[in-house]
Amino acid sequence: MAHADATGSGEAPRAGEAARQVLNDTGIRRALMRIAHEIVERNEEPEALYLVAIPNGGVPLARMLAANLHEVADVGVAVGVLDTTLYRDDLNHRGERPPLRHTEMPSAVDDRVVVLVDDVVKTGRTIRAAMDALMDFGRPRAVQVVGLVDRGHRELPIKLDYVGKNVPTHPKESVRLRGSGGGLDAPLEVVLLGGGTAGEAR
Amino acid sequence: MIGSDLLGIEHLERSDIERILDTADHMREIGEREVKKVPTLRGRTVVNLFFEASTRTRASFEIAGKRLSADVVNFSPQGSSMGKSESILDTARTLDAMDPDAVVVRHSTAGVPKRIADVLAAPVINAGDGAHEHPTQALLDMYTVRQQKGRIDGLTVTIVGDIVHSRVARSNIQGFLKMGAEVRVAAPPPMIPAAVETLGVKAFTVLREALDGADVVMALRIQNERLMGSYFPSVREYSATFGIDRAKLHYAKDDAIVMHPGPVNRGVELSHDLTDDRPSVILDQVRNGVAIRMAVLYLFAGRPRSGPDDGGKL
Repeated sequence: MAHADATGSGEAPRAGEAARQVLNDTGIRRALMRIAHEIVERNEEPEALYLVAIPNGGVPLARMLAANLHEVADVGVAVGVLDTTLYRDDLNHRGERPPLRHTEMPSAVDDRVVVLVDDVVKTGRTIRAAMDALMDFGRPRAVQVVGLVDRGHRELPIKLDYVGKNVPTHPKESVRLRGSGGGLDAPLEVVLLGGGTAGEAR
Repeated sequence: MIGSDLLGIEHLERSDIERILDTADHMREIGEREVKKVPTLRGRTVVNLFFEASTRTRASFEIAGKRLSADVVNFSPQGSSMGKSESILDTARTLDAMDPDAVVVRHSTAGVPKRIADVLAAPVINAGDGAHEHPTQALLDMYTVRQQKGRIDGLTVTIVGDIVHSRVARSNIQGFLKMGAEVRVAAPPPMIPAAVETLGVKAFTVLREALDGADVVMALRIQNERLMGSYFPSVREYSATFGIDRAKLHYAKDDAIVMHPGPVNRGVELSHDLTDDRPSVILDQVRNGVAIRMAVLYLFAGRPRSGPDDGGKL
């Protein structure tokens, strides 16, 4: 998730703003099933896998991926949640402190193949922060990254290992994962909000 | 919205308090990690400016700052010259020239943190000033109650002891009232401030009545030396009437918790066994104190002077 999106307040969609769906619930599920197959294909030892979700969007996705991995490879994969807020690189440049989110790392990361799961990847700064946070928890054997949506616009040399869908966007637009109940409950969808047009209107 | 300094609970709104408690919830998890450190305040300097002796509060702020990777400097001016307010402000200006990112102030005179904040560019956090306020203590007390009870709203909190001299009581009364609790105070009559009921607090001079139906019983430290004779006849008498033991605790609710800001005069404010065992939560208070101070430093320290998006306000 890009930093600008991470607070959830910076680019809050205004009521009635046009949201274009770029991935529906079926599309999300299909992508996560394909990614589960790819993860198994790439990792000879699925027992060493450890899914670590970046909140908030990564959390439901990591849970679905864990269920898929169980189905595909018959392994129970641990799921952790890692908030990256305290590792952000822009904290000293903002007047407002972003709210913190839940972190829960149920098992040690030492010698595990950690698969970071995020909903939308843009600049790569959140992934950088997540990797630093991860290293404070131990020494993973390897770190891989899942992004449900890759928007491009990378500002750091970070490449995704597994991508649900590439979505070319304008940097000012906002892409978010959202659920039916306003939260992140199923069914999910990924929408593109016209931050660019709103900017032009101003 | 609160300003750039934390001078007292008085200046906080309920939403501000909730934000600090919510932030502390996440900070507590860091204290449970093997590596208890995050890089958030790396390269930032926090000065502990303690004019009044304090081991516990200072250590708590120091650990909190270090867990956030700040450089923490302890500065404890001693000697009689520090009694004069000009010296205090001179000290503050000297410190300011060293460009700290936050200054944590404790002083035996009410209002000193505010006066320092007026001359300092850095945010000031009040760590206790005279009988005025001790906001981080009240925040950690509210946090502990919320942790133990799941809520604060609608609870009955009884504060027992030297209300009139207590900054802990003053901050807690305001905090718990803002969070929707019923607040009662109980003490010998000279220890109850004259106008305390105008704050919305119920004052009692009979402990049994004050404890009836209480969810939280908070005992305050008695400063024996200073008060003996003028406020109550003897420590033994105080302990017999207002000291909390298991028998008196029966007047409160069955699941009531017992709190104390520490250090406890064992056998005076609390019986020995209550000091150490459930339902007292004294060590939880200490542990939560670090998380609350991390939250306060995160929210107040190291922000740019005036942020582009909020004018420097939290």
